[in-house]
Amino acid sequence: MFRYFPLAFKNTLRNRRRTALTISSIAVSLCLLGVLIAIYHALYYQQATPGQALRLIVRHKVSLAQVFPSAYEAKIRHIPGVQAVSAWNWYGGTYKNQQPVNFFARFGVDPVPFFKLRTQMTMPEDERQSFIRERTACIVSKDLADRLHFHLGQRIALKGDIYPGKLQLIIRGIFEDPDARDSLFFNMEYLRQLLPAGRRNMDSTVAVLVDSPEDAPRVAKAIDATFANADPPTKTQSEQQFTLSFVSFMGNIKLFLLSICAAVTFTILLVSGNTMAMSVRERIKEVGVLKTLGFTDGGVLSIIIGEAVAIAIIGGIIGLLFAEVLTAIVGKVAEGFMPELHGLTVQPATALIALGLAAFIGLVSSFLPAWNAARTNIIDSLRYSG
Amino acid sequence: MAIPLSYNLRNLVVRKATTLMTAAGIAVTVAVLLTVLGLVSGLTTAFTTSSDPLHVLVLRKGGNAELTSLLTVEQFQIIKSFPGIAKGHGGRPLASLEVVTIVNLPSPGNPDGTNFTLRGLSQSGIEMRHVKLAAGRWLRPGHREIVVGKAIAEGHPEARLGKRLKFGKGYWTIVGIMDGGSSAFNSEIWGDGAEIAADFNRPSTYSSALLEATDDVTAAALPKALESDPRLNITAMSEKDYYDAQTVSAAPIKFLGLFVCIIMGVGSCFAAMNTMYASVARRAKEIGTLRVLGFTRGSILFSFFVESVLLSLAGGILACLITLPLNRVTAGLGNFITFSETNFHFRIGPEVLLTGIVVSLILGALGGLLPAWQAGKKEILTALRET
Repeated sequence: MFRYFPLAFKNTLRNRRRTALTISSIAVSLCLLGVLIAIYHALYYQQATPGQALRLIVRHKVSLAQVFPSAYEAKIRHIPGVQAVSAWNWYGGTYKNQQPVNFFARFGVDPVPFFKLRTQMTMPEDERQSFIRERTACIVSKDLADRLHFHLGQRIALKGDIYPGKLQLIIRGIFEDPDARDSLFFNMEYLRQLLPAGRRNMDSTVAVLVDSPEDAPRVAKAIDATFANADPPTKTQSEQQFTLSFVSFMGNIKLFLLSICAAVTFTILLVSGNTMAMSVRERIKEVGVLKTLGFTDGGVLSIIIGEAVAIAIIGGIIGLLFAEVLTAIVGKVAEGFMPELHGLTVQPATALIALGLAAFIGLVSSFLPAWNAARTNIIDSLRYSG
Repeated sequence: MAIPLSYNLRNLVVRKATTLMTAAGIAVTVAVLLTVLGLVSGLTTAFTTSSDPLHVLVLRKGGNAELTSLLTVEQFQIIKSFPGIAKGHGGRPLASLEVVTIVNLPSPGNPDGTNFTLRGLSQSGIEMRHVKLAAGRWLRPGHREIVVGKAIAEGHPEARLGKRLKFGKGYWTIVGIMDGGSSAFNSEIWGDGAEIAADFNRPSTYSSALLEATDDVTAAALPKALESDPRLNITAMSEKDYYDAQTVSAAPIKFLGLFVCIIMGVGSCFAAMNTMYASVARRAKEIGTLRVLGFTRGSILFSFFVESVLLSLAGGILACLITLPLNRVTAGLGNFITFSETNFHFRIGPEVLLTGIVVSLILGALGGLLPAWQAGKKEILTALRET
């Protein structure tokens, strides 16, 4: 087959406009396919970071919106394998206004165990100490500080929605943490003091640090078993599962991505098949000539299929280059509400899958026209006027 | 003089394989667009038909969700006596103090279960919402009885009429199935307010109150009046605004869907262009003949342009036919206001179909313009000599 490759490649240059249009069409589709596969990969196949692998999140069994007594924290701390436990309450609320740029994660935590939990966090020691010491202190991630021009000592007001009232916070630290790029943490004790007695000692989620990643599933089971007959029971997930549950909450994204990938693949198949059918039809006479010169049916078949595969792969490579650019943009736009998409790129594996798919489509789509051309006998093809 | 349309139609029919493939490519693109729009439209309908322009919703100060709101019985006593609240059956004010929480129902397909909104309300609350019963009867106050939405009853075998569900402190008997039309109530469970509040340990702290104003003007003025009452310390809003906010949950899918459609649209535009260029090349002689017959360059350009538009129209119609059966499909989507799932039907309505047709026409027009231009430009002699 490869013997005829130069000839197949030359053929692609005959009708340059058609080849260019086909390549563009395939490139556009494969660019999309590349982005979608990259998103799928980032959401469902990403390895947990070393920090994430050590953390579990405990919530009310039914839903995140329901709360459980803070007294659970003490019980969890006594379960073997648990190193640290901290409240991990999503505050929600509004900073300044409802504009998306002012949206970031805000969590109420217990500072001392919290620092143990953030195994990959880097922050100056004096800033850590002031967060532990000062009740109204808060700390923000470096990315967030850069984005909203926060600086140490700045006062921030957060208006509550899930929780009543307002928080008046002072920034006492700026940290870097690969697992919390867009977050603000404040002292849960400050929020508790503002709440009416009935809501004060309740948590919506609690974060747990375990001894080793291997031990995490066992500890998660042990926690849920402890509260199985309590009112309310709990549900414990790894931090990664927990964030993914937000994604699935927004709808069946998995099905959505897969069905769009299928639709895109199908269109490429149509486009490529159509082009090859057109180009073969123009060339039936030529096939007769080739065969007169002694080319076998198989030779003719591989020349035509080779042409289609070459076009598909060139389209695929161009598409993936665009996908690389596009994923970077999508990652930037989407990381705010889907942190998993931070630094989204086309992984080598993704590129390989997409290119393989392109080659396969080229093969399948050209097979029928190529087969027909190769089968036509010499006399008929020489006589053909298309 | 214009070239008759039948010329283009016959050309498309003669090259049916090519026509079909190009049209199918456009159809897939448009079908993706229609599916996304149908989903968004269905979800929007579910939320907009849940509200009534005369209804006013009262939440805790600063609250934006019934689920996290707190309203006491004392506050409700003050609210209930506000002027401008309509009177319902038996002369009682149309005001309902409600407790809203979530229950988890396991289903055969989902071992983790699905979360649904549980609403404890008063008889006025039922009366105000004008929801029909599909089976059974309404619940009686003071009993552990519930009425479940149609979508829940259909999706969960253990939530059928006459069965019992376990949540809170015990079992609840299903005495009715309600049919909320296309509204979000199909995905709710209703019970007696006092009973549910007691079961969930909040006998005096409910979630929210729903009021019905006597007329439009009062409905517009009521939220302000309630909010400015110093005894209350609450937030009030029209029920419509509350439900409108929930349609935001379709935003990520809408964004992703449109993004995909635009890219796919560019791709199928190239494909249409390809087909039309091939069509022009193959018919060079024909174009020469037409010119000899006296058709102008303009009419040839126009004819090929129309052919491309017809081609994509076929794709658009095909897309509509593929996606129309989706109208019967139910989907469920959660949101971060109710924290529970809302079931809704895809809604491929006239406006969605029209959008699909218009988009397909645009694709055909963009793809056909350059090839048609080339066809019109051909010189008679060279065209006749081309093979």
